Amino acid sequence: MQFGIFSVGDVTPDPVTGRTPTETERITNITRIALATEAAGLDVFATGEHHNPPFVPSSPTTLLGYVAARTRTLTLSTATTLITTNDPVKIAEDYAMLQHLSGGRVDLMMGRGNTGPVYPWFGKDIRKGIELAVENYHLLRRLWREPVVDWQGEFRTPLRGYTSTPAPLDGVPPFVWHGSIRSPEIAEQAAFYADGFFHNHIFWNTEHTAEMVGLYRRRFEHYGHGSADQAVVGLGGQVFMAGTEKEAVRRFRPYFDNAPVYGHGPSLEDFTRMTPLTVGTPEQVIERTLGFAGYAGAYQRQMFLIDHAGLPIDVVLEQIELLGREVVPTLRAEFERIRPSHVPSDPPTHASMLAQGPSAPFHLVQPALAYAANAEPSVAVPA
Amino acid sequence: MSRRIVVVTAGLSQPSSTRLLADQIAAAVTTQVAARGESAAVEVIELRELATDLAATMASGGMPTAAVREARDQVSSADGLVAVTPVFTASYSGLFKMFFDALDPAALTGMPVIVAATAGTPRHSLVLDLALRPLFTYLRAVVVPTGVFAATGDFGTGAESEALSSRIGRAAGELAALAVSGSGSLGSSVPGSGDERRRTSGTRLDTDVTPFATLLRGHRG
Repeated sequence: MQFGIFSVGDVTPDPVTGRTPTETERITNITRIALATEAAGLDVFATGEHHNPPFVPSSPTTLLGYVAARTRTLTLSTATTLITTNDPVKIAEDYAMLQHLSGGRVDLMMGRGNTGPVYPWFGKDIRKGIELAVENYHLLRRLWREPVVDWQGEFRTPLRGYTSTPAPLDGVPPFVWHGSIRSPEIAEQAAFYADGFFHNHIFWNTEHTAEMVGLYRRRFEHYGHGSADQAVVGLGGQVFMAGTEKEAVRRFRPYFDNAPVYGHGPSLEDFTRMTPLTVGTPEQVIERTLGFAGYAGAYQRQMFLIDHAGLPIDVVLEQIELLGREVVPTLRAEFERIRPSHVPSDPPTHASMLAQGPSAPFHLVQPALAYAANAEPSVAVPA
Repeated sequence: MSRRIVVVTAGLSQPSSTRLLADQIAAAVTTQVAARGESAAVEVIELRELATDLAATMASGGMPTAAVREARDQVSSADGLVAVTPVFTASYSGLFKMFFDALDPAALTGMPVIVAATAGTPRHSLVLDLALRPLFTYLRAVVVPTGVFAATGDFGTGAESEALSSRIGRAAGELAALAVSGSGSLGSSVPGSGDERRRTSGTRLDTDVTPFATLLRGHRG
């Protein structure tokens, strides 16, 4: 199982000191967080993509390229890449380039963004959010799988005889996740292509996460990729740890109370009950996190949000170190203990996809069996 | 058959004239449903009790608290709604609006509704038609023609009070007719409209997914 850190990349004043980091400080700190993630023995670092203050990561592959050069094993990912407003041609090129530079340590997560105006800023219509996510991603798959692409769609200027360059490393496209909090269409999309489905998990109640993941799993099976419990699932999590629960709550409360997304709203205690937020000891984090599999099924990637709400960098680095030393080793062992043997432990990696050879289904633009056969699996086919 | 009538009341004081009006309307609706050979079960949602939950829901990106979630299910599954607000600063109260802001946009589709308001003076009476009606029209509810407005003086004796009672009876009859016809049950769309937008509380994921082949609109590869 993979464990990692994901960052929204917000520049938020520290509510305790009142100090706001400069953009340079924040960007540098994000790279320190990524390096600390590998140093702590975790597997993945993922950055958000935003095009408005107070966020800094507008250029994810620049950031991840820097991190790639300074790490050896870390998987570089996104949370999320805006499949709606980015040109899929540029996504194909940027992330293939990053694959080559990082030795294949790349996957990415498609999302639709968190602010309305980003659509018009990039010449798009927010009412077409789902249609954009569907069409743009389909083109992206073709650009990574077909040497020469002819394309005509609704949203992008047509392509004739286009070759995306560089081609994916070893002819293996990066593994893709689709992230969505509330849209069933995105769970359906992930299931159709046998891509991963990631639920942010931390900004919505857990019953809802279970429903979204359940939908994705059922549709993954429907499209003939395997049994529902073999679908590739990632979840977010949010933790703050100290030696005692009381101490953790005391230190984290001012950050919680002023956090950009939920501050001045529900109490820390209520939010802890409703969402995966865990503020307490490493043992409490272990127990809570293992519980996620109870409603989401045995899953493959757990990402933690650590660095938001103005938490100072030394505290963030201390939390990552704690995760690596006291939490993740136990989680690795315990999650494997409860995992059924036919359920994969890790999401696909460059190495595992390469090892599957050129006839592996992921090489197809449309690997869904139910769709290709133009028949529902429930229809009996004579042997 | 028993029809569920949900009363949403936004009065803040204790006792509240808004609640008093809500109870009178609810009793009249019960009588009118009975007159049509069925029974009515009345459930009252006091918005005051949801005030901090509504604020928490608003301040956390719309993630409903357990109490808000329960109220959303309760309202959307009703056969009829009675919505009563005090007039604050020339309109419905902020708490009243916050509750309807916390509902799914399809939460009241086709729902029979009585709009009612209380105020210290009759000069606020147009609040029903200028503020409440547009709100429920936006939500695709079916607002009955008679609205119930009660100024403080209407709770006394005499002609005003009798006129209030008769308005309550008329509105209740109009709501009962719709509720008993079952035109506005959960999952229904606006009757006869050909519109497929169905009523939903939005608290559960819609698992009726659009197959991806439809979403893909013919793209191949």
